[in-house]
Amino acid sequence: MTQFSTNGYHVGSNLEKVIHSGQFVVTGELGPPQGWERAEIEHKTQLLKGLVDGVNLTDNQTAIVRMSSVAAARILVEEGLEPIMQMTCRDRNRLGMQGDLLGAYALGVRNVLALSGDHQVFGNHPTAKNVHDIDSMQLIKMIRDMGAGRFQNGDNIVGGPMPMLVGAAANPFADPFDFRPYRLAKKVAAGANFIQTQLIYDMNRFREYMKRVVDMGLHEKVAILAGVGPLKSSGAARYMRDKVPGMMVDDYYVDEMLKAIDGIPKEERAERGNAWRKRGIELCIEQIKEIQQIEGVAGVHIMAIEWEEAVRPIVEGVGLLPRPTFDA
Amino acid sequence: MIVGEQKPLEEVKKLVAEADKVLVVGCGTCVTVSFAGGTKEVGILASSLRMATQLDGHAKQFDEVTVQRQCEWEYIEPLEAQLGDYDLVLSLGCGIGVQALAERFPEMPVVPGLNTTFMGMPTELGVFEERCQACGDCILGLTGGICPIARCSKQLLNGPCGGSQNGVCEISPDTPCAWQLIYDRMAARGQLDRLLEIQPPKNWSTSRDGGPRRIVREDLRKLEDVE
Repeated sequence: MTQFSTNGYHVGSNLEKVIHSGQFVVTGELGPPQGWERAEIEHKTQLLKGLVDGVNLTDNQTAIVRMSSVAAARILVEEGLEPIMQMTCRDRNRLGMQGDLLGAYALGVRNVLALSGDHQVFGNHPTAKNVHDIDSMQLIKMIRDMGAGRFQNGDNIVGGPMPMLVGAAANPFADPFDFRPYRLAKKVAAGANFIQTQLIYDMNRFREYMKRVVDMGLHEKVAILAGVGPLKSSGAARYMRDKVPGMMVDDYYVDEMLKAIDGIPKEERAERGNAWRKRGIELCIEQIKEIQQIEGVAGVHIMAIEWEEAVRPIVEGVGLLPRPTFDA
Repeated sequence: MIVGEQKPLEEVKKLVAEADKVLVVGCGTCVTVSFAGGTKEVGILASSLRMATQLDGHAKQFDEVTVQRQCEWEYIEPLEAQLGDYDLVLSLGCGIGVQALAERFPEMPVVPGLNTTFMGMPTELGVFEERCQACGDCILGLTGGICPIARCSKQLLNGPCGGSQNGVCEISPDTPCAWQLIYDRMAARGQLDRLLEIQPPKNWSTSRDGGPRRIVREDLRKLEDVE
């Protein structure tokens, strides 16, 4: 069994402890509301509590304004669920990002996921100016430097080091495919401690990617969490296959989702929805079981955005409960 | 070169609304090459405006002139003699030309007839593409001669991001992924190993972020003293 590492780093977060324990890691995701109501986050927190080892709080996901991931992460801390705060390079320069990282650390956040960020043309403020002062690679290094007590400019942080577990994204389905494992290697060299991949709906491609990653020995340095998510409908599967840049969806998943509603007339919308959701969850369970067989994978990152109820049957279905706990 | 694009006629009509006698001033350099503000475009826009204002029931006078370069004092100096006959200048120069005219003739209202779009080049007939953002600290030596600052939608220095697929950027199938281009170029040169180096955060102080930029060349200033 591979001993999973966090790139030789120690911060003491729950996520880190699960990774080091060698048990199959499960992380979840929660999209903060397009508003200020705390209750919505509390509700979603309850749906995920006890099922996952950490929860990503998205940062203005798909360039749509939402409650900040810093604030949402703090709410999770208060609710007793470990946050993984996402931070993109789209909306803030290095001053804004470091200021928010200091604040997040002060508020008890110990895991961060460093991302470039979706381009703002996709979002609800397409006329906005974007920032991209630094890129995700440089952000990883900046967070690690802050972990050692230094700002990006080399100055000392008042109060000293603020170690946070740094996550990074990897997309095995983007191009150029041959470069993707090397880009992962760069992120590891920059200091990433764990990796969450893009949603996987093409197992063969993912297997090929992991084979190359393992050949390079990257899986021994960093914990790779495979991104999965339950499909909601055949239309959603087709849309991701045909329209979403950076995604690949095997026809198998589109076909299976179509088969799920075989014989159910179009008018029976509720029945179709139920059949789709049932099959979506089954396929996700099937995928996770396949992923568990792939060398070098340390766990899964389940993205059931706006469908947090799906996480319990998935995690239960795979047999991943109860989640490990550790003495404080 | 600087690439420009004419503003919509309706917008230009609003910009000249308060004037009766307008001098349309073209520029014989960059915007002539981008088919936006040379002698020919000045002629077409002036006639369109003459017709449009006539149809609107208030015909205005639009005269035409094109100077070699709107961005140098010596080329715009001769306009002074003509300007007394007009109450507004419609410049078809780039933003630099418009500002040069306004600075040299501060009493005269000068309005832009173009949008200055980018620094780039024609890649085929009728297609112009951005190539440079004038960041003031050129990194083309690291990126195979392809600029990620101007051509990557996220200005990544360690690309490509996860939105690159089939050679195009996530923002549009018409936008080539700069980092795919860089990858291909470096591969062709046998220099892919160079892409494994992590590029540190860029110094943006040489770019517009450092405030409006200015170059003082003491060597040239001394020559002027001698003359």
